[in-house]
Amino acid sequence: MSIRLENISKTFGQFQALSPLSLNIDEGEMIGLLGPSGSGKTTLLRIIAGLEGADSGRIQFGERDVTNLHVRDRHVGFVFQNYALFRHMTVADNVAFGLEVMDAKQRPNKAEIQQRVKHLLEMVQLGHLANRYPSQLSGGQKQRIALARALATKPDVLLLDEPFGALDAKVRKELRRWLRSLHDEIGFTSVFVTHDQEEALELSDRVVVMSNGHIEQVDEPAQLYAQPNSRFVFDFLGNVNVFDGKLEQSRLNNEQAWISAPSSDVPLNNGQLYIRSHELALHTDATAVANLPLRVVAVNPIGPEVRVELEPHEWQSEQIWEADLSHADYARNPVKRGEIVFAEPKNAYFFREGSQQAPEQVSWDSASQPVKAK
Amino acid sequence: MSTTLSAASAKPRHKRVLPGFGLSLGSSLFFISLILLLPMTGLVMQTANMGWSEYWYVITDERVVASYKVTIWAAVIASVFNGLFGLLLAWVLVRYEFPGKRILDALVDLPFALPTAVAGITLATLYAENGWYGQLLAELGIKVAYTPLGIVVAMSFTSIPFVVRTVQPVLEELAPEEEEAGITLGASDWSVFRRIILPSLWPALVTGVALSFTRSLGEFGAVIFVAGNMPYISEITSLMIFVRLQEFDFPAASAIASVVLIASLLLLFAINIWQARYLKRLHGR
Repeated sequence: MSIRLENISKTFGQFQALSPLSLNIDEGEMIGLLGPSGSGKTTLLRIIAGLEGADSGRIQFGERDVTNLHVRDRHVGFVFQNYALFRHMTVADNVAFGLEVMDAKQRPNKAEIQQRVKHLLEMVQLGHLANRYPSQLSGGQKQRIALARALATKPDVLLLDEPFGALDAKVRKELRRWLRSLHDEIGFTSVFVTHDQEEALELSDRVVVMSNGHIEQVDEPAQLYAQPNSRFVFDFLGNVNVFDGKLEQSRLNNEQAWISAPSSDVPLNNGQLYIRSHELALHTDATAVANLPLRVVAVNPIGPEVRVELEPHEWQSEQIWEADLSHADYARNPVKRGEIVFAEPKNAYFFREGSQQAPEQVSWDSASQPVKAK
Repeated sequence: MSTTLSAASAKPRHKRVLPGFGLSLGSSLFFISLILLLPMTGLVMQTANMGWSEYWYVITDERVVASYKVTIWAAVIASVFNGLFGLLLAWVLVRYEFPGKRILDALVDLPFALPTAVAGITLATLYAENGWYGQLLAELGIKVAYTPLGIVVAMSFTSIPFVVRTVQPVLEELAPEEEEAGITLGASDWSVFRRIILPSLWPALVTGVALSFTRSLGEFGAVIFVAGNMPYISEITSLMIFVRLQEFDFPAASAIASVVLIASLLLLFAINIWQARYLKRLHGR
């Protein structure tokens, strides 16, 4: 079932949790609400569920206006961050709960309920735990039971609040894949909340990036990564190095460091260059493209790449820089802790000073050679 | 080599906040013996001077048996009333914000702080036929003071904090998510209360009611002023003990006291065992 949100806003006392925002979710879509804590993503999820009332706006499920409908009549499945399993009930009773409390008219008979519960437990691959109590389950098992319980009543919409937040990395990855395949199999419309960008990018059809109660960007994962439209989205989507420069002599300067005008004909101005960590090359000397002296703080081989942490040398940056090198590149120039190296950007995004517009993509000729050979 | 060996053979010492397990356990046991066990031994010794038949004769005296009945019935009614009303009071104190909440919270402890005799005299004055409540109730044909009903009122007054104070912390810790989960699954408010909240509260509620009941069994000060103390009608067991004491019949007083003691102990043990089992299920074994 599709979900349509129009001008939803919410304040808690003086705090504006959600500024008026609108969002359309198609039937069968899996949407990730991504943002830091306090960005309003959980509030939005709870408003969709009806656990929280919006101050203004309209919510539609398909053709049905549910704005003023009570939670219990909205027919949503909600999976809570801490699972919220009923501790005094067995796993089977937990899953059966939604069926047991139906009106006498709609309620399936006992045998049918048993059958459904059995089927659901098999679907989440935990049929053998039917008679256990929640306190005897592991985190991943609890999560799956919570999901089975939410799906028992065949809800129109499945809402998940930080579904994998409390699990360790391995179980999290496993459950993520499993949820995705379950979603593809059954085809429910689902919305989940996460602060983990990897999770959002891997799991969702479209990602909704939120900050301070606004929607920053709604896009498919690949598009979101290729074209982040604001500084916030850029920062939030992972490691990025920021060069804050003033335009002088057709290059961007920051104290002793500078980066030359990129080859693409973008009129330069004061502003910030956002450079992803894998778009940096490290040299032993300044090049025609850039003079970015950095001191190596740490060298960490992580999986397929070597991550080099760098500290600006004789210029200013708010954060530590990072360069991700391939093992081959690293072998060619094995930098060591404490050394001064010179970084050269290949591609970057340029944010003009004082502008709230989307950044321009810029790049430099890879043909450029070091000013003086070693 | 020798240094590593000696280091390996040294036992790891677990430091505790309170030093000396022997000392702390010893002094705890000493005080328990002095304050609790010794007086109880005295009680048993005094009854031990009687033979079984004499013991049986004393504790099954017609007037004493009547007092058991009055006491137990009054305590049952009072503690069930406290169970309902105490749960409501705890609910209001935990779930709602209202001006004066702190004061109400503090007032709950008043029955503990008030000397029971003061409570008894106050209740007797209020419920007497010319008292504030008594006048109104008299018009409805209800007599409270100097009847078994007065006993119930006095008992529930003195023991209500037991229920409120045992239920309150459990209610505070109850995760709102469980209720929300119930509602999203389509449960009515009543279903959520009956199937989700109440089962979580059971252990605390039952303990509170049981404490309230045993306290009511032994209540003396508050009750005797408002009960009227008519033999066979509104005499409670504690009063029978007092009467025997005034007759300087110490063995008989001890015998009756031992009945109350045993009944209370058995009830508390039973509740504890039941509660341990229930909680095991809730928190894992």
